[in-house]
Amino acid sequence: MNAPNASGQRLLRALDAVTAERAEDAVLSVRDLTVRFRLRGGRTVAAVTGADFDLAAGECLALVGESGCGKSVLASALLGLLPGNAETSGTALTDGIDLLAADEKTLARTVRGRRVGLVPQSPAAHLTPVRTVRSQLEETVRALTATGRRARRKAAEDAAERAAFPAGHLDRYPHELSGGLAQRAATALALIGGARLLLADEPTTGLDRDLVDRTADELRRHADDGRALLLITHDLAAAERIADRVAVMYAGRIVEIAPAHRFFGPTGPRHPYARGLLNALPEREFTPIPGMPPELSALPEGCAFAPRCPLATELCATRPAFTAGLACHHPERPRA
Amino acid sequence: MLELDTVTAGYDRRAPVFRGASLTVAPGESVGLLGPSGCGKSTLARVAALLHRPDAGRLVLDGAEVRAWRHRAPRELRTAVGVVFQQPRTAADPRLALADLIAEPLRATGRRAEAADRVAELAPAVGLTADLLTRRPHEVSDGQLQRACLARALTLRPRWLICDEMTAMLDASTTAALVAAVETYRETTGAGLLAVGHDRVLLHRWCDRTVEWKECLPAEENP
Repeated sequence: MNAPNASGQRLLRALDAVTAERAEDAVLSVRDLTVRFRLRGGRTVAAVTGADFDLAAGECLALVGESGCGKSVLASALLGLLPGNAETSGTALTDGIDLLAADEKTLARTVRGRRVGLVPQSPAAHLTPVRTVRSQLEETVRALTATGRRARRKAAEDAAERAAFPAGHLDRYPHELSGGLAQRAATALALIGGARLLLADEPTTGLDRDLVDRTADELRRHADDGRALLLITHDLAAAERIADRVAVMYAGRIVEIAPAHRFFGPTGPRHPYARGLLNALPEREFTPIPGMPPELSALPEGCAFAPRCPLATELCATRPAFTAGLACHHPERPRA
Repeated sequence: MLELDTVTAGYDRRAPVFRGASLTVAPGESVGLLGPSGCGKSTLARVAALLHRPDAGRLVLDGAEVRAWRHRAPRELRTAVGVVFQQPRTAADPRLALADLIAEPLRATGRRAEAADRVAELAPAVGLTADLLTRRPHEVSDGQLQRACLARALTLRPRWLICDEMTAMLDASTTAALVAAVETYRETTGAGLLAVGHDRVLLHRWCDRTVEWKECLPAEENP
């Protein structure tokens, strides 16, 4: 690219100003989000506790953690898709609406698909097997916008194009698509309503590495277009590829939020659990964290990671507060 | 030796998934088979696990060609090969508690009396606690269920283990734990391993050698 001339620099400054303005008004602002499931026999499952984070337009936040740590429950809570025995507290504001307090009518008519788009885990299960991709896209257009037939067709094709779904495949059925194309079809559905917040729940599970990279890059592009992207994943490589920030969840709590470059870079994460998770990667030490996560129905009083933590002391019998992006009594010091 | 010799297999004789694939795993050896999704490597894994009859070619197990295929190979041969699939949810009977899931192969082969002892042996080896063993699949996480599926594959002490994308659904720590459990089993029994997957970094780290899918096929199948 050529060096920017005077008008180019003005443009860049203007862009910076817009970016800064965007950063101020978070697309999603989650405060003290807590989800409890009441089970028969009086047991309570603490699926998510005290989650606090903001997500700005153009930003990708990766939420990572072991299976069963509460990541997907958090996503379901944001979409109002929790089962009936769930109790939520806290707030999750997007566009002036509290996703946790909104009633079903509000969620159905103004939130799902319109303010929040879901990129699902398993596109094969998300798409209707007996209808073509075009017919499913047009149905979604019809449900979200009141448009005539011709406009509907155009809107469906536009959404497919934005999701890099080839127009020549629109009249195919889901079983005629490869895993990568099915994922794009599902993404196109999520883009139709022009939602500013995209929730991607394990979008790369079961895809091979090339497809993971491609799917991740496409999601990143949607964030670059000004959407906010919450990427829920256990795939640390995908998170490293596209995330601006990484939030690590353990036993229902966010234990660390860090910029991705620091998290994956030589400095590394500071929470011992996050370090353990990274060290389990085959390209690193390939050693598992000993033991298993605690039961969410029987969490210890203190730090939930203490029983598995190499650094635990008696201090850990009390729960560490979440301050400055970290909840730990013995954080690792940044390596020199 | 577990040997696939110019095997053709698929779900429609006129359009097989692959033709003429060959691959061998020596006793005690671990082989990683790498290929993109949709290439047919899972079908090959099913043939190697004696669960899918090849349309042509031979499967040789410890020097004896597997014959008498019906849809699958005869059960007394199949017990020599353990298999772990990618999706624990679809590989586990939702009505069985994890302990019964792990004991199922013993029950199926009329050795129910050994079940309690074998489960008590296997559960700690794959990192399952007594509390988890009493639960059914919907009450545990994917990672915990896959641990049970690995234990089930080891119940009959197979001489060969086939892991088809065993860890694709799992987080880094559970992946490392399951691989460690497989390797501990292999160290004590000398079992051979065929690990099928697309994660290059993982299979290079895990296996003695890795084979690219196209190396299994004859040259004319690789335009």
